[in-house]
Amino acid sequence: MLKDITLGQFFPGDTVAHRLDPRTKILLVVFYIVALFCAKSLLAYGILAAVLAVCVRISRVGIKSLVRGLKPVVFIIVFTGILNLFFTPGEHILAELGFLRISAEGLQNAVFMVLRIMLLIMGTFLMTYTTSPISLTDGLERLLGGLKKIHVPVHELAMIMSIALRFIPTLIEETDKIMSAQKARGADFESGNIIQKAKALIPILVPLFISAFRRADELAVAMECRCYHGGEGRTKLHVLQYEGRDYLALVLGLAVTAGIIALRQWNIG
Amino acid sequence: MAEIIRTENLQYAYPADEGAEPVLALEGVDLTIERGSFVVVLGHNGSGKSTLAKTLNGVLLPCGGHVYVEGMDTLDEHLLLAIRRTVGMVFQNPDNQIVANVVEEDVAFAPENLGVSSREIRQRVDDALAAVGMGEFARHAPHLLSGGQKQRIAIAGVLAMEPECIVLDEATAMLDPVGRREVLSAVHKLNREKGITVVLITHHMNEAEDADRVVVMDDGKVVMDGAPRQVFTQVERLRSMGLTVPDTVDLLDRLRKDGLDVPLTALTVEECADAILAAVSK
Repeated sequence: MLKDITLGQFFPGDTVAHRLDPRTKILLVVFYIVALFCAKSLLAYGILAAVLAVCVRISRVGIKSLVRGLKPVVFIIVFTGILNLFFTPGEHILAELGFLRISAEGLQNAVFMVLRIMLLIMGTFLMTYTTSPISLTDGLERLLGGLKKIHVPVHELAMIMSIALRFIPTLIEETDKIMSAQKARGADFESGNIIQKAKALIPILVPLFISAFRRADELAVAMECRCYHGGEGRTKLHVLQYEGRDYLALVLGLAVTAGIIALRQWNIG
Repeated sequence: MAEIIRTENLQYAYPADEGAEPVLALEGVDLTIERGSFVVVLGHNGSGKSTLAKTLNGVLLPCGGHVYVEGMDTLDEHLLLAIRRTVGMVFQNPDNQIVANVVEEDVAFAPENLGVSSREIRQRVDDALAAVGMGEFARHAPHLLSGGQKQRIAIAGVLAMEPECIVLDEATAMLDPVGRREVLSAVHKLNREKGITVVLITHHMNEAEDADRVVVMDDGKVVMDGAPRQVFTQVERLRSMGLTVPDTVDLLDRLRKDGLDVPLTALTVEECADAILAAVSK
């Protein structure tokens, strides 16, 4: 049952969105976030929503799965919306309910804030949906490569991330096994209140951790036996390479961001 | 034949608890592995066979004596990388030695570490996967493969370093009989066709049948060393060390005790059958 969990939600496919270099996609998301925070008119948000819609269309990721991604943050979105709605000081009062006032500015703020969070999350999800975790890690390592000069352990972090991803299925399988073993000895994971349920997890977590440490130990030895000695002088089987479509995508992304900033600058819309 | 690995009075003790006397896991092992040979090291649990394996490429460093790999001393830290690419090691648990979540990326791990060019890595990965018969699984996720397949991936991962020698440290212990056969036939093929020296550590007697040489360990010492036929005929001695003999030899031994004149040297099932037939029709 635990096997159904999909982590690092990735929908394999063969669209342009999938084939773009991971670095391009990360940069595009950064551009998009910058643009979102610069947008302050309905026109700007309209443009950004349209851009996202086009990208979703290209990637053939179902809009449903994108919306599903919003579910865990619904509370935050609603909360932010309400706060902005009621507590933005403004002159044009639209409605008054006791000490709560809704101003025109508040309404605008609330709508923009909600739009901003939703677009931001959907944009980021679109990237993780179309990029495998491994190439995402690869892309990050290459993008942040410059930080090595100031002694940021970029390679090590990337290696940690990819090994963590590699061991997720292994550890899930192991958790399943341990749960079965504990159930066979009469452990009860289903009944009781939240505290009792949490307590019931201890006999799963302890063996899981012990085994994870043992695995880490063995893996370290195995990696050393295969001549691993850090990131220095390391080459790659698949070398990331920007192609025509990457430059095109980056230029388009830059153009949109510049456009949004221009709208802000000249107060258009 | 030239030697590839030589141990001289090799001793090793695992770090003991404070106050306790450290116990030697290896008590002076002198062993020479010939280039291109297929050596099986046998022994029951705690005989020191696995410890011996781990000293052969410097995972464990000797407390006394020396290990030389192509003349390089494993105690010399600067040579460690060169030693490890000469002697590859495959471990017991396939899950704990696979690094990446795509098969070909995992096989590429060692050459990537060695700084081999991308094109050459591609070549080595394809060759290594083909050599263990896993070519069609290049793009698969390792955790979805069977134990035998995973272990063959691990062998391919070592093979991509282009080592002279492969040490398999109980690499078949966690596998089912099918997986064990897959791994063994892959290793035998590498030994035969590529001339790679193989040191196979195991407690399964049957895996020693096709070896050039069998080394039996007990209490941290080499107690028997010779061709499989020489070693397995010493049935009583093997039993006294807690080792079972191959089924064929066991059968022949019992027939002998019942008065049938059969040789103990018939190791394979066919030889065994022929020997019994010959004795019965006499």
